[in-house]
Amino acid sequence: MTATHTRTTDPAASSDRKTTYREAMREALREALRTDERVFLMGEDVGRYGGCFGVSLGLLEEFGPERIRDAPLSESAFVGAGIGAALAGMRPIVEIMTVNFSLLALDQILNNAATLLHMSGGQLPVPIVIRMTTGAGRQLAAQHSHSLEGWYAHIPGLRVLAPATLTDARYMLAPALADPDPVLIFEHGSLYNVSGDLPADTGPVDIDHAAVRRPGTDVSLITYGGSLPKALAAADDLANDGISAEVVDLRTLRPLDDTTIGDSVARTHRAVVIDEGWRTGSLAAEISARVTEQHFYDLDAPVGRVCSAEVPMPYARRLEEAALPQVDGIVAAARRAVGGPVPTGADAAERQAVTGRAG
Amino acid sequence: MTEFTMPSLGADMDEGVLQEWLVGPGDRVRKGDVVAVVETDKAAIEVECFESGTVGQLLVPPGTRVPVGTPLAVIQGEGAPEEQARIAAEQGSPLAAETVAEVPHRERARAPKGAKSEQEPLAHDERPRSRRKAVRERKPVQEPVRTKSPKKSAGQPVRATGSLTHPPPQMSPEAESALGAGPLVRHLAALRGLDLTTLHGTGPGGRITRADVEHAQPPLAPRVRATPYARRLARDLGVDLAALRGTGDGGAVRAADVHTAVRARDGRHEPGGPAERRRDDEQHPHIAVPTDSGAEQRKDTMRRAIADLMSRSKREIPHYYLSTTIDLTAAGDWLRRINRGRPPADRLVPAALLLKAAAVAAQQVPTLNGYWQNDGFVPGPAVNLGVAVSLRQGGLLAPVIHGADTLPPDALMTILKDLVERARRGKLRGSEMTGATLTVTNLGDQGVETVFGVIHPPQVALVGFGAVVERPWAANGMLGVRPLVTATLAADHRATDGAVGARYLTAVDRLLQKPEEL
Amino acid sequence: MLRVRRFEERCVELYSAARIRGFMHLYIGEEAVAVGVNEALTDADAVVSTYREHGHALARGVPAEAIMAEMFGKVTGCSRGRGGSMHLFDAGRRFYGGNAIVGGGIPLAAGLALADRMTGRNRVTCCFFGDGAFAEGEFHETANLAALWELPLLLVCENNLYAMGTALARHQAQTDLALRAAGYGMVSWAVDGMDVFAVEDAARRAAEGIRAGTGPHFLEMHTYRFRAHSMYDPDRYRDKAEIEHWKERDPVEGLARRLRDAKELSDKARTALEDRLSAEIDGAVEAAEQAPDEPVEDLLKYVTSPVGVSRP
Repeated sequence: MTATHTRTTDPAASSDRKTTYREAMREALREALRTDERVFLMGEDVGRYGGCFGVSLGLLEEFGPERIRDAPLSESAFVGAGIGAALAGMRPIVEIMTVNFSLLALDQILNNAATLLHMSGGQLPVPIVIRMTTGAGRQLAAQHSHSLEGWYAHIPGLRVLAPATLTDARYMLAPALADPDPVLIFEHGSLYNVSGDLPADTGPVDIDHAAVRRPGTDVSLITYGGSLPKALAAADDLANDGISAEVVDLRTLRPLDDTTIGDSVARTHRAVVIDEGWRTGSLAAEISARVTEQHFYDLDAPVGRVCSAEVPMPYARRLEEAALPQVDGIVAAARRAVGGPVPTGADAAERQAVTGRAG
Repeated sequence: MTEFTMPSLGADMDEGVLQEWLVGPGDRVRKGDVVAVVETDKAAIEVECFESGTVGQLLVPPGTRVPVGTPLAVIQGEGAPEEQARIAAEQGSPLAAETVAEVPHRERARAPKGAKSEQEPLAHDERPRSRRKAVRERKPVQEPVRTKSPKKSAGQPVRATGSLTHPPPQMSPEAESALGAGPLVRHLAALRGLDLTTLHGTGPGGRITRADVEHAQPPLAPRVRATPYARRLARDLGVDLAALRGTGDGGAVRAADVHTAVRARDGRHEPGGPAERRRDDEQHPHIAVPTDSGAEQRKDTMRRAIADLMSRSKREIPHYYLSTTIDLTAAGDWLRRINRGRPPADRLVPAALLLKAAAVAAQQVPTLNGYWQNDGFVPGPAVNLGVAVSLRQGGLLAPVIHGADTLPPDALMTILKDLVERARRGKLRGSEMTGATLTVTNLGDQGVETVFGVIHPPQVALVGFGAVVERPWAANGMLGVRPLVTATLAADHRATDGAVGARYLTAVDRLLQKPEEL
Repeated sequence: MLRVRRFEERCVELYSAARIRGFMHLYIGEEAVAVGVNEALTDADAVVSTYREHGHALARGVPAEAIMAEMFGKVTGCSRGRGGSMHLFDAGRRFYGGNAIVGGGIPLAAGLALADRMTGRNRVTCCFFGDGAFAEGEFHETANLAALWELPLLLVCENNLYAMGTALARHQAQTDLALRAAGYGMVSWAVDGMDVFAVEDAARRAAEGIRAGTGPHFLEMHTYRFRAHSMYDPDRYRDKAEIEHWKERDPVEGLARRLRDAKELSDKARTALEDRLSAEIDGAVEAAEQAPDEPVEDLLKYVTSPVGVSRP
């Protein structure tokens, strides 16, 4: 059994076409299931239900219940089973409904998937792909609004991806499956309905490198996933003020692409990192530290961070909006970095000191 | 008993190569004697010692590159033997013999009075690498930490222990801090009005080096708040951060402020926006410093040093310029008389007269002879004339003729020839490069008639002479062809006004009309 | 069995001499389980183990030398010195290692079985774990999943009556573990884990059932560890009399007695066997001592696969 990574010769794929992030993901799954029979999809409600967010809708009909495997609500068991199956030569794609539930499988991800290769002295690579929905912004309150991808990006042995564009949603899965090590894919819940033209035949995504989504000269907005659209919108606003913002999409949260990040900062001399995780100990903190370590003498302003407020995500819409990175806050942070005027209150949540007490 | 240390022979010098010892153990030396040749990035320079006594151990073999402040030799002072014995005993004190690993902090607190912490042989980061390593490895250090080891042989690799002799207990803290600085450094600090006790020494053992003094901010000047990138740009583009108004967060100087200053300096308009800032960036590629330590780098280093100094001058000093044309007929006639019968090598040249006149005039108009420091004028201790010498490979040195106003023209010329020749061979001594109170530049040999110079900070004036040319000239109502020279003065308007400058140039003219009195 | 016993006795010596470090959990007293179960497995089958795994690894055929070197942290160890006593791996022998998270290996074993099930390979995955792991969610999640999907999984619970220092009755409301496992819909029964023949017999029956496609089987092995939970354990929670009582049923000596009675193992042969094992273990220690350390430059090796390695 050999996997081939030739892309489907679907005539529809030969020119730009309208699609959504959800459909792009589904296409990617379909392609993987078609091209490699070792691939199977396993998770809660992936089959008959069509996936909690509708990503796998229709796949059960095409590939059957063996390969589109509805699992009991037992994250630890089915993620662990995915790891075991990968050890035995399968190419499992495990879907965890949301990152919030991934905590129930954290032991398997951290203590097995990420460690087996090393612990066995190189004998046991774990070629598993684990997908999950992440992020807030849909009034799902404190237990369904986490952005914990930064935690996973802390773990050596894992590769962590965050597709933020239609192209990445469509073409990241193949290289993820080709990676011999465990890959986690975080799909921001706010992106599924994003629609647009999918460029034809872009080929597999380079998952080793970040992408500059918009070139600019004055400040680098470094972000990923669900915050990318916000950063791009902020860049539009800034352009109206004559500030040219470069937007860097990390794409891969581990291993971080220091080169692309660094080159951008070396060009613009200013950086703002946008991360939906909580500020303390966030991925944004890591990126900020790296920029400072590697490009201190290129910096013309402190590295800014726009993160989520340090609060369990509230349900009320206005509170949730206030807690999350928003376009205005990104604009304010960018203005501060380039030394322009910052409207008061634009990013009040951002400037709050982090304390141990409820503020 | 003192140490003779690697001198700092310029603000940009961090280390030097001891090229040659001119004395050996047992030799008697007097303060000011040349004792060694040191090669810096710029030149090989003869260095003198600042103490009289007997040369003891030579601590550094020729050919060794060591940081500024490294002890090179021990000079046995002329103190009483008991005194020396006492010092030696102090050095053998338990504290001095402890290793870092064995001395807990609270014991440091009980160090003898006068052992300032930053000068203790216990400060971690000031220990030589080898000792740090020993401490890390938790091996007992075999040798106590000592100021110097009298048993050391000259052939041993040098180890700057960085510790200082414990000063006698009755010494004031200031004096004791100044212990870390050689006389030259103390002198420089005094010139700049700096309190040595407020300086952070970067030399071994926290010793205050000449570079520390030269880099020191004037007292009470707050540290400039600037972004790392702005600092880098300012360094590369020769801009003094302290002179900029920061527009960044909390008044921080940002890259844009540096660019604005550069544009102002280069006579360019204000930026339109960020995009323009970018283009600006590209027009100033960062200076790449070559990594080889060849003549190329020396030239580069010198260029940058000149750039820094001249930028500072034009930035800080409001120059005013005066010019006058002087009839050299009398001087020429006198020179011809004097030179008659002399072999060509001994003949007096007009430049010697010009220098002498400039020096005597400075003595007569003393407010142009000295320094501008801390918002005030400090008169020079003597007329020490700096003479700008252009080097063949490019660059500029200004060796100093001390007490030029007191020297007869012949002596002046001998010294001048010697200095120029040694400057061009890179063989100047440290003392010959410092202490100028007024500088003269003579571009006559370059064929130009007028030079409006840039003052050498912290001096307050610069005298320029052009070429001696024959021109039609009206004197006593008669038109004739006469040898003329244009003398100019660039002066610091903070220190003097035009009237003083005019008085000076007039004095030069008057003096040159009576060459026999010079 | 004797090899497992002697090997571990030497480990105790070496540990006491600080030649072996880290955590070390001894199997002494439980040898019949590993040896008996392995008799029912083929080379194609897989084993997933726990942190009390020396016996499982040796029974599986992992060379004593490779295990000893691993405990010495040497590059010749079966995990290149990266695992130690709790993480022995041998991919070639399908020994998927010791898992130091209680219950952590159980879902993994289900996954190995799932792969066989999906690819139609008629193989058994055997997963060892203790009575402590029976309290973990991972066991219950996996038991349900394996039974639901009819996975070819042999769950072997080594019930040695103590979850570290907590007696079974103090951590399980219902101490009949086989009964409870049966509640998930898999074939389950309890076995005398001190009798290697009883263990082998039970394991063979279970493996046959699994190969016949009847889904996961659960064996509760009644066994006992003669020594403390680990080298760190002062063993204050057990009655000395209880230990002595179980030692009367020592599986190794019990087997030796039966073999002697059956005239299959003369005293001379026993002595020769002891000498041979002693020499083998001496050789393993010697080799481990001589073996090179992994160079520190290789610290970051095996965190991720080498660049350029793609899936086969």
